[in-house]
Amino acid sequence: MRKVSRWFQRNLIRIYAGVAFTYLLIPIAYTVAFSFNDGGKSNLIWKGFTFNNWLNPCGAPEVCTALGNSIKIGFLATTFATILGTMIAFAIGRHKFRGRSATNLLIFLPMATPEIVLGASLLSLFLTLKINPGFWPTVIAHVMFCISFVVVTVKARIASLDPRLEQAAMDLYANEVETFRRVTFPLVAPGIAGAALLAFSLSFDDFIITNFNSGTMTTFPKFVYVSAARGIPPQANVIGSSMFLIALVIVILGQIVGRKRAVK
Amino acid sequence: MKMSKSGISSPRTPYLLLLPGIGFLFTFFIWPIANLAQTSTQTPVAGGDTGSYEQTLRWRNYIDAFVENKEQFGRSFLYASLATILALAIAYPLAYAIAFKAGKLKNVLLVLVVAPFFTSFLLRTIAWKQILGEQGFVVPTLRSLHIIAPSTTLTSSAFAVVAGMTYNFLPFMTLPLYASIDRIDPRTLEASGDLYANGFTTFRKVTFPLSLPGVVAGTLLTFIPAAGDYVNAAILGSPETKMIGNVIDSRFFKIVDYPTAAALSFTLMAAILVLVTVYIRKAGTEELV
Repeated sequence: MRKVSRWFQRNLIRIYAGVAFTYLLIPIAYTVAFSFNDGGKSNLIWKGFTFNNWLNPCGAPEVCTALGNSIKIGFLATTFATILGTMIAFAIGRHKFRGRSATNLLIFLPMATPEIVLGASLLSLFLTLKINPGFWPTVIAHVMFCISFVVVTVKARIASLDPRLEQAAMDLYANEVETFRRVTFPLVAPGIAGAALLAFSLSFDDFIITNFNSGTMTTFPKFVYVSAARGIPPQANVIGSSMFLIALVIVILGQIVGRKRAVK
Repeated sequence: MKMSKSGISSPRTPYLLLLPGIGFLFTFFIWPIANLAQTSTQTPVAGGDTGSYEQTLRWRNYIDAFVENKEQFGRSFLYASLATILALAIAYPLAYAIAFKAGKLKNVLLVLVVAPFFTSFLLRTIAWKQILGEQGFVVPTLRSLHIIAPSTTLTSSAFAVVAGMTYNFLPFMTLPLYASIDRIDPRTLEASGDLYANGFTTFRKVTFPLSLPGVVAGTLLTFIPAAGDYVNAAILGSPETKMIGNVIDSRFFKIVDYPTAAALSFTLMAAILVLVTVYIRKAGTEELV
């Protein structure tokens, strides 16, 4: 008896972590499981196992239209936000200039503003300018809220660089442009890639700001939200599960590449 | 050699790098906020169409909007605070376990913490609704074990909304906590033990203070989005659990009452900024901002 309670005490935190992980992962397991449900349109009750939803992910046609829009918006928003954000990060991380703390504040503010305020304010601007909400207003909205996250991620990477590496390049007679191209940029690149992935996942998953600025255009989260009342078709679960698998593969590959580099 | 900190050094370089991004933020963040401020004091045009407003600098809009919706404001801050406290209670031991007890599994566990980000948060929230709903397996089980009364439901309640928010923001709490706990040198904890501190004292006097930046960052990353959230309340709640986000949303889209929506948005933002500033001052980690 004493042994049991000792073991329990020693492993308490591990047991606790196990419970917390179960809590985190239950809805994901549920989503994946119900992508195999032969549930028809509403997919509320388990009716039997089938591969049909996976073989025919566009079986509910609106799902694929919405997904297509989300991917297009995600790529455009990620590209612009990553370029603009990386430039700001280099300015803050590598230069001294007047207005630095004001710039930092401007980067911090969008992250401290609730999404509903960002979405509502942008929509009210578009309405004032007589611009109809839709595809491009949504892209603009996504670039706006992604920039700060890119800046913070890339800035952290720049700050962690050893300045001696750049000094060494200069000592070896590389000029500033060469040093940047061959030393600084390759070292910062993983941070930029991480920032781009973060931007894409934020954009792809955004509902609140998108809902304000997209008008009648659907995106994947919008489709899920609207169809929640009458039940989501299992194809939506298929897409959710595939995104999960793709992201997992990217992260694992990233870890393996990172480890190989570290070994070299 | 002159270069040590600067990359391509000309005094103009930083400004050229900043110009496009900062210009973008001024146009699509600052200007909209200013425009929203302007909308918040407008009144309907007499005899005009629905949705047409003119500037009359009616500051009472703020008072009216607040008085009319003070219940929803209170609920937003109550739910967001509860979700933040619960998330901290769940995430702290989790982050501690990953940092100090995971060994070789560390990276795998970190991937599991961010795994929820990889599936749409709406799909996960709706999954909770179905798991906790009438047709899920939890409610019938609890009823047959007589843990809950036959008429009790778990969804459409404040409990479900707070649980949903806690769940959705848990990774935002865990990651910064992990980052700062992982940085703690385990030798400081050993030293504390050598000086005859017991486990609890070590935690209170060494571990917790050293992890404070993570606690502050995590609670902010949870509280701010939670206070403005309306998706959890819309999916897992009932009309009695409406939060301020639901009101702003319906003022904009259903009632086309832009001034009230704008005034509510500003009040929410101001309340959050005040709370955050006081909180950061108290916690004494100003370098975060």
